[in-house]
Amino acid sequence: MSDEHSELPQPQQRSGDVQPRHREEGYEIAGNLEAMDNPGLPEHEPRPTDVDQGAERRAERQVATLFGVATLLSFGFCVAYFAIPKGALFLGFSAHNFTLGLTLGGALLLIGIGAIQWAKKLMDDHEITEDRHPASSSADDREATVAAFAKGAGDSGIGRRPLIRNSLLGAMGALGLPAIVALRDLGPLPEGKPSETIWRKGMRVVVDVTGEPIRPEDMELGTLVNAEPDILVENAEFDGPDEENLEGHELLAEKAKAAVIMVRMDPRDVTPYEGRENWGVDGILCYSKICTHVGCPISLYEQTTHHLLCPCHQSTFDLADNGEVIFGPAARSLPQLPLAVDDEGYLIAMSDFREPVGPSFWERGGEEDRSV
Amino acid sequence: MRLLSARLSGRLSAKRRHPLAGVVLLLLGLLVTGGVYASVAPQPAKASSATQEVIEEGRKLFLVGCASCHGSNAQGIETASGNVLGPPLIGVGAAAVDFQVSTGRMPATQTGPQIPRKDPVYTPEQVEALAAYIASLGPGPAIPAEEDYDYSEATEEEVVRGGELWRTNCTACHNFNASGGALPNGKYAPSLEGVDAKFIYEAMLTGPQQMPVFPDDTLHAEDKRQIIAYVKAIDDRPSPGGFSLGSLGPVSEGLFAWVVGIGLLVVAAVWIAVQSVRVKK
Repeated sequence: MSDEHSELPQPQQRSGDVQPRHREEGYEIAGNLEAMDNPGLPEHEPRPTDVDQGAERRAERQVATLFGVATLLSFGFCVAYFAIPKGALFLGFSAHNFTLGLTLGGALLLIGIGAIQWAKKLMDDHEITEDRHPASSSADDREATVAAFAKGAGDSGIGRRPLIRNSLLGAMGALGLPAIVALRDLGPLPEGKPSETIWRKGMRVVVDVTGEPIRPEDMELGTLVNAEPDILVENAEFDGPDEENLEGHELLAEKAKAAVIMVRMDPRDVTPYEGRENWGVDGILCYSKICTHVGCPISLYEQTTHHLLCPCHQSTFDLADNGEVIFGPAARSLPQLPLAVDDEGYLIAMSDFREPVGPSFWERGGEEDRSV
Repeated sequence: MRLLSARLSGRLSAKRRHPLAGVVLLLLGLLVTGGVYASVAPQPAKASSATQEVIEEGRKLFLVGCASCHGSNAQGIETASGNVLGPPLIGVGAAAVDFQVSTGRMPATQTGPQIPRKDPVYTPEQVEALAAYIASLGPGPAIPAEEDYDYSEATEEEVVRGGELWRTNCTACHNFNASGGALPNGKYAPSLEGVDAKFIYEAMLTGPQQMPVFPDDTLHAEDKRQIIAYVKAIDDRPSPGGFSLGSLGPVSEGLFAWVVGIGLLVVAAVWIAVQSVRVKK
């Protein structure tokens, strides 16, 4: 194959011509690819190990040594596993981990290096060429297949008997119905659940984990509180009806939706939308803690700028400006929880969120009603 | 007095008509009275005058080292373009001063997105004086007592609860491992590794720079102590694997895997494919 083209010019000489001066000229040369056909394989040259017996034996010993050391390291692993006490330190690392990793990793590495060395130095290295075969079957096979199909179709008479054909199509179609009915029953539809949380009028806002109720005067300027409704926090004092005492998965689901952050800023910095003027108490504002992008919990709050940043995708919300998105992939502003103070002076919710919290979903609808 | 006068009566009686005798007697009386009073004077009066001295000392230090940015009366200074050169310090309390100055953040060497931690410039006595001066300007959080942040007796249960509080309130900025993290516009939450328990407490109490405030009324001293105990437990935790890569999670680990791990694989692949030595027959 290489002999046919042996009179062709050398590649170095051609490379100067190939540089296209003009567009047209470039295309012309690129189209004329015949002139640059496969130059074939270079002449085979032997390795030192092919011609020198001494070199061959050296390479053989090298490979055997690599495999031998790998064997020793595997033994070493077993010894170290039992011999080294768990708490011992080596250079500040756990001596146990260090030795196990070194011996096992070393054994694997040396086996690999030995195999490569074997292949490169000792195995036959004559270059061979294998041409690709066409991907399609042979013309005979294709003709035979088409003929068999046509014969089958003719024998069954499916073209001549539309009654059978149509009733078969009907039966196959009807098979889909059991599947639809069964899959439809996989679980109840969420109905309104994604759109509402457990927050209700009069529920106290308490510190998450500790369950401490909060008075406005407890919150200094710049304070951040990660909070939950009182009925969801174990330690909080709450004597509501029993059916409100959630457990297990339901409790976690409700906690995840109802989580809020409460911040206090200078009331002069707050620019509420129309209708939201009384949603805060002296600059204390409460927002959902769930990012409206894909639902990460956010509490990365900068007290000097009033910005709340989501650590997942850097969506940034301006809490002084109704939780508006000022940066990042979130498409909706952060839902705000209207606040009030109860008879005993503790902060309470005035209602549930006026819009669904968390990321968008199909039935959520369009742009929220800002004026409420 | 009587003894004294009896002994000296001979000489004194000779001069008792002297024109200055009355003056001498008056001075003598005053001296004795003053001396007796000084020896039995009540302690509080003395202490209060000492605090006054410390405040005065703090005011002098403030005028030299802080007033150029915070104003000569700690009222704060705004630049002509409306930016804050130094915020007002009235009402920030002694805890804020102790935190900012003892950790070397103040005095700042230059303005910027965030003032970094560095070696403290003032001695503990000078910090105390500065804190006393700022505290005298308006009410604010005091420097916490040692029992507030002493975590040495924390039980395992308390450490676990501290971890829960830590994950709820702190991880968003400081990372689950307290190794800090980035904030927008060049700001950052610092690593808490090796930070004094007192400063962690004061930071929660006063909310330095971007950090929000976690006052004692919403996060009690006990809660704060548990958080500190948890942070210290992270510090002391051994790292059996060896390289924690800054405990920054997937960022540093991924970078290591891509650069070092895949780099080594590329080197190995090149070695496998490279043409070995040839000889001419």
